[in-house]
Amino acid sequence: MIEIKDLHKSYHMGSNSLHVLKGINFSVKEGELVAIMGSSGSGKSTLLNILGMLDNLDEGEYLLDGVPIKNLSETKAANYRNKFLGFIFQSFNLINYKTAWENVALPLYYQGVNRKVRKEKAVKYLESVGLGPWVDHLPSELSGGQKQRVAIARALAAEPKVMLADEPTGALDSKTSHEVMDLIQKINDQGNTILVVTHEEDIAHMCKRIVHLKDGVIVEDSVINQVRVSPHVQ
Amino acid sequence: MGIFDRDLWSEVFSTLSKNMLRTFLTTLGVIFAIIILILLLGATNGMSNGFNKIFAGTATNSMFMWTQSTSIPYKGFERGREIDFTLEDVELIKRQVSEVDIISPRIQLGDFGETSTVYREGRSSGSGVYGDYPSIDLVSKKRIVEGRFINQNDIDEAKKICVIGKDTYKLLFDKGENAIGKSIQINGIYFTVVGIFKKNDNINFEGENAVFVPFTTFQKAFNSGNKIGWMAILVDPGKQVSVAERKIKTLLKQKYNIHPDDVRAIGSFDFSEIFQGISAFTFVLQGFSFFVGIFTLLAGVIAVSNILLITVKERTNEIGVRRALGATPKIIKRQIILESIVLTTFAGLVGFVISVAVLHFLDYKFGGSDEFPFVNPTVSIVQIIFSFVLMVGLSMLIGLIPANRAVKIRPIEALREE
Repeated sequence: MIEIKDLHKSYHMGSNSLHVLKGINFSVKEGELVAIMGSSGSGKSTLLNILGMLDNLDEGEYLLDGVPIKNLSETKAANYRNKFLGFIFQSFNLINYKTAWENVALPLYYQGVNRKVRKEKAVKYLESVGLGPWVDHLPSELSGGQKQRVAIARALAAEPKVMLADEPTGALDSKTSHEVMDLIQKINDQGNTILVVTHEEDIAHMCKRIVHLKDGVIVEDSVINQVRVSPHVQ
Repeated sequence: MGIFDRDLWSEVFSTLSKNMLRTFLTTLGVIFAIIILILLLGATNGMSNGFNKIFAGTATNSMFMWTQSTSIPYKGFERGREIDFTLEDVELIKRQVSEVDIISPRIQLGDFGETSTVYREGRSSGSGVYGDYPSIDLVSKKRIVEGRFINQNDIDEAKKICVIGKDTYKLLFDKGENAIGKSIQINGIYFTVVGIFKKNDNINFEGENAVFVPFTTFQKAFNSGNKIGWMAILVDPGKQVSVAERKIKTLLKQKYNIHPDDVRAIGSFDFSEIFQGISAFTFVLQGFSFFVGIFTLLAGVIAVSNILLITVKERTNEIGVRRALGATPKIIKRQIILESIVLTTFAGLVGFVISVAVLHFLDYKFGGSDEFPFVNPTVSIVQIIFSFVLMVGLSMLIGLIPANRAVKIRPIEALREE
């Protein structure tokens, strides 16, 4: 699903240049649940931004479902993001004056889906994350866990090839974190490919594979025994 | 996702209604600008209409011509010689000056501006008494409230009839008394009243205290012979009054042996000049109104753009999310520009309603008064359409500034911002 070869990325600030990613080789197959770990400054966010087409790569190759991602125009990047990717952010990033279902329907709006179908789909996905009764609520009326579930529903709504989660539990307490991870595991069970950036060990171990980044290179990439959340939650 | 897409508009309106107070304050500038623009235009139009009303009934391509005394000695004649125009001059002008459409010679009892005493059954009035042809009505329209004006038959038969002004009627008759068919006496001669006229809200020489008798009757009754006092001359439409004026003066100067450079001997008053002056004045005023209005509007629209810039800054995160979810730069741009247009158009409509109400009030309060040239201060459809197109056009152009700012926001930076 994702093929990355010899990926380099550096940032230039005045005369200084900061080499953040120093040759990443990495691939993800369909249906994987991968945790990307690393301390701050390890380059994990940069990697996620490049995977999310929010940032351009300097050198190397990035294939997403066989499509080369390089030097995209803003419009093309927007279209690819809309078609291929679902984002889950640490701070949820819901639009605060839109109701839960309108937030979920937003990617569909940009796909040009008509309003009626949008609402149907949005409600369906909100129900699938257990927020059926909250479809008409504003984000301000929801708890943190609920907000993140709206965000997950929004990521699902576009039916993306890959879901990218940037510290999805970073703003949540441990109980809610586990609920969110439970949901992510269940979505993965249905065959969705998910990448989770985290710095929390326990969250990482709820994935199926952990990639460790340090100073811009992958230092460890191993398949692990997944810790299922469900027993803990119940 | 066309321009008439309901979702596009609901996106725009939900953003704008999110902060009603700010939206309203933003629009104030444009509201005031439109009010100023429309009020200025309306007031100018009202003034122009007011002037038109003054000129209504006065043929604007007309002039008056009269004699004065010479100021330059010529061909053995001393300066200060008095000349009188005669009916032959009228015929001469008609024959020789092609520009002239109608000449209506006039004569007054006594000197110009003097009044004569008019009697009726022990009452009297000091009124101007004029000998006129019916064609004078074509140059300076009389409003007949009762009876009729002098006609050709009166001229042909030199009938002893007269048309009197309202003030003269008041002085000579009881209130409500029927004057038609009654006689009045001037210099011992009796004239039958056939009509009463009223001032025409316009430039008026005789006022309402005047008596018009047929020219031919005047000649016989007051023994004025061929002499005429002055003439009202109507020039062919499309021909220049000043040209006709020059030709006539040259002609008459030759005939009366007046020095060609003598400007005082023959006096004249060109209406078209005054009218053109006033037209130019209102035109300039209108241009000025537009100028002021447009720049006020520009200031208002820039205020909208400014607020939208702030809004874009505040919505950095939201715009980033939208971009991450697949909004193309074009979509973001279109939304911001639409917000600018919607804000301005809304403000414009409010401004239009307010200014039209104010114009109505002004019309109600001052419109139609005789002292002040201010009639029907409205704006034309063309002016409204022009202002609206201008407003929307400006808001679209100015909306590009915040729109481009919004597009420049990179999604990753926007998402990083909390």
